[in-house]
Amino acid sequence: MSTSLRNNTAVALAVAAFVLLLGGLALAFYWVPDAPIEGFRQRIFYIHVPVALTAYACFGWAAWKALRLLWLRDERYDLESYTAVHMGLIFGILTLVTGSIWARTSWGVWWSWGERQLVLFLVLFLFYSAYFMLRYSVDPGPRRARMSAVYALFGVVLIPVSFLAIRLAEGLIHPVVFDRNVNSNLAGSQLFTFLVCFAGTLALAASLYVNELTGKRVDERLRELREALT
Amino acid sequence: MNYFSDVGALARKDLRLELRSRDTFLSMVLFVVATLVVFSFSLPAQTEAEASYGLLWVALLFTAILGLTRAFAAEREQRVLDGLVLAPCDRSAIWLGKALAVVAFLALAELVALPAFALFFEPVTWELVAAVVLADLGLAAVGTLLAAMAAASRARELLLPLLLLPLAIPIVVGGVGASISDDPGRFLGFLALYDLIFAILSWASFEYVVTE
Repeated sequence: MSTSLRNNTAVALAVAAFVLLLGGLALAFYWVPDAPIEGFRQRIFYIHVPVALTAYACFGWAAWKALRLLWLRDERYDLESYTAVHMGLIFGILTLVTGSIWARTSWGVWWSWGERQLVLFLVLFLFYSAYFMLRYSVDPGPRRARMSAVYALFGVVLIPVSFLAIRLAEGLIHPVVFDRNVNSNLAGSQLFTFLVCFAGTLALAASLYVNELTGKRVDERLRELREALT
Repeated sequence: MNYFSDVGALARKDLRLELRSRDTFLSMVLFVVATLVVFSFSLPAQTEAEASYGLLWVALLFTAILGLTRAFAAEREQRVLDGLVLAPCDRSAIWLGKALAVVAFLALAELVALPAFALFFEPVTWELVAAVVLADLGLAAVGTLLAAMAAASRARELLLPLLLLPLAIPIVVGGVGASISDDPGRFLGFLALYDLIFAILSWASFEYVVTE
């Protein structure tokens, strides 16, 4: 891909993210009617859930690139997988923060072990933080690339396994206090707003990903050139 | 079967090394008993019996981590892994041999830990024993792979708990559930599922972790 085309993609993604997120927020605040029980504060749903789904998408993308790396034995994918995990972790932290705020406004507590999604994201946060510890304590090279790829693949398997574990633990280890069926029945306007917000967060993640990746590639190229000079 | 004779030779090598030095096994046994004694002081007096089962699982998990940090110590110090990788055998055989040796160490440590738990706290049920066996398999499978990763890093022993603990949370859920639930079958089934998934994944990916 030529540089100008790549720049165009980055700009287009950034503009799309801005327009979609602004539009989605406007729809969420001014168009969607108040939720029956939760009222106005339920609107954080249009931020929290898209951000969470985007984090999953990033982790999935990272695992896909990791699989390509191991399959094709091509180290080019290492940087892409790493950047995707980086974005996933950022959106994962955002999920924890927005979920915590929602828990506070709904139930008056900042944290509830009965909330599956939040607990799962805490586990994933710990898991992918260790990914960075692993990367930074291994010397760069093909072996580090493969180790990171294996770990990223483990992550995407851990997501459903952990989800199952958290469901099993519910009621036995942590009592179920709250039950919130957010996805049960979205009305037309709610679904549309949700989809706009989801497209917005996906575009934001993609835009950040492309920018970060370009930066890291330039960085790597610069280092190679510097080494060639000395 | 050539593959399985390789695995057997590798597992025997670890067990023989351990029989001669006895440092890993003895430290695991002492550690798990000491942890149980510490836990008996960390529980309030009127705690329900279920809580001690939870603590047992924490003790078992930490003991496994202690053993796993030493799993590749000999390989690293004597540069054995380079030789093993060069040897004309499948790389996954190295993983399987090491995992079998780790299961043996864990089982030996638990042969002391479970009677000690029964003596200090609550009776040991058949469900608990079954859950411990299944958890050992899962911990050894994932732990061996992660220990090989940690051995290649600069942080070494520090890194393994960070890598393993998030992956071990489902094992703890399954183990505690099987020990205290009225319906332990679900949790034992979950542990078996975990073992199956992660054993296949670790078996398939070990080669990528040890080769330069």
